[in-house]
Amino acid sequence: MAVKVVIPTPLRQFAGKKDSVEIDASTVGEALAGLTSQFGDLRKHLFNEEGKLRSFVNVYVNDEDIRFLQKDQTPVHESDVISIVPSIAGGSLICCICS
Amino acid sequence: MAINFKPDELEKLLAHGARDYPSECCGVLLGRADGESKEVAEAVPLRNLRHDPTRAQELLPVDDPSRESEKNRFLIDPEDQLQVEKDSRARGLEVLGYYHSHPDHPARPSNYDREHAWPWYSYVIMSVERGEAKEVTSWVLSKDRLRFEQEDLKAL
Repeated sequence: MAVKVVIPTPLRQFAGKKDSVEIDASTVGEALAGLTSQFGDLRKHLFNEEGKLRSFVNVYVNDEDIRFLQKDQTPVHESDVISIVPSIAGGSLICCICS
Repeated sequence: MAINFKPDELEKLLAHGARDYPSECCGVLLGRADGESKEVAEAVPLRNLRHDPTRAQELLPVDDPSRESEKNRFLIDPEDQLQVEKDSRARGLEVLGYYHSHPDHPARPSNYDREHAWPWYSYVIMSVERGEAKEVTSWVLSKDRLRFEQEDLKAL
C-alpha cells in the first residue's frame, strides 16, 4: 500500500531532486524507514545518532501532527500524505560557534 | 552562495528586530531561488512561540526553561510555517530561509542554531544591541551538518 511522502525543498537534493516519493508502508515509522533506505543521505537530516527522529523534525499525516496520534506507530492508508516539517528554532544562548 | 534583499524588505527585517528587543524576533524569507543565488521578495514576521512556553515545550522542549526563554530562544510554530508555505506557493514564491535576532549578542550562529537547521535554507541572523539593529549576516548549513558557512548578503 503506497503512501505519498512530500520532501521539503532543502532535502530534495538528498532525494534524487524529487518533491515527493511513493513508499509502501502501513505505519509512519515504516514509511520513514523506507524513505531513508531508498535515500541514505536523508537519514542524518531526519534522525539523530541514536536513530531517533530529530527533536526539531515534525511529521504530519495529512494535517495531523503524529506527536498527537500514535507517533511512528501511526497507521497510514492508501492516499495518505506524509509531510516533514522542521521546527525552525534557534537562539543566542551559548553563543557562538561559526565556521 | 548569495542572498539578495529588496532594500525595503531588509529595512523591515531590521525594524522587526529592534521592535521586539529584548526578545528574539523571527520570520520567514520568501522569494525565488536561482542556482546559487536567492532573491528575497518579502520578509514576513512570524510569532516567536517561546512567548507561549506551554505550547513551545510540547513541540520542542528546551533543557532548562528557567534559563531559556523568548530572550535567548525562538521557535516558529510548524503550523504557522505550513500555512506560510501553502500561501507562498499559491503566489509563486518559495520559502528561502528564516531570520531571527540575537539581542545583545553577535550575528553569529550558536551551536543550538546549528543543531536545529537543515542545509539549503538561508538562516539570517541580526544582532540587536540595546534596541538597535546592528549587523546582519546569513548562513547555510553544510551538507554534513557540521558547520555553518557564511553567504553574501546584499540589499539590491
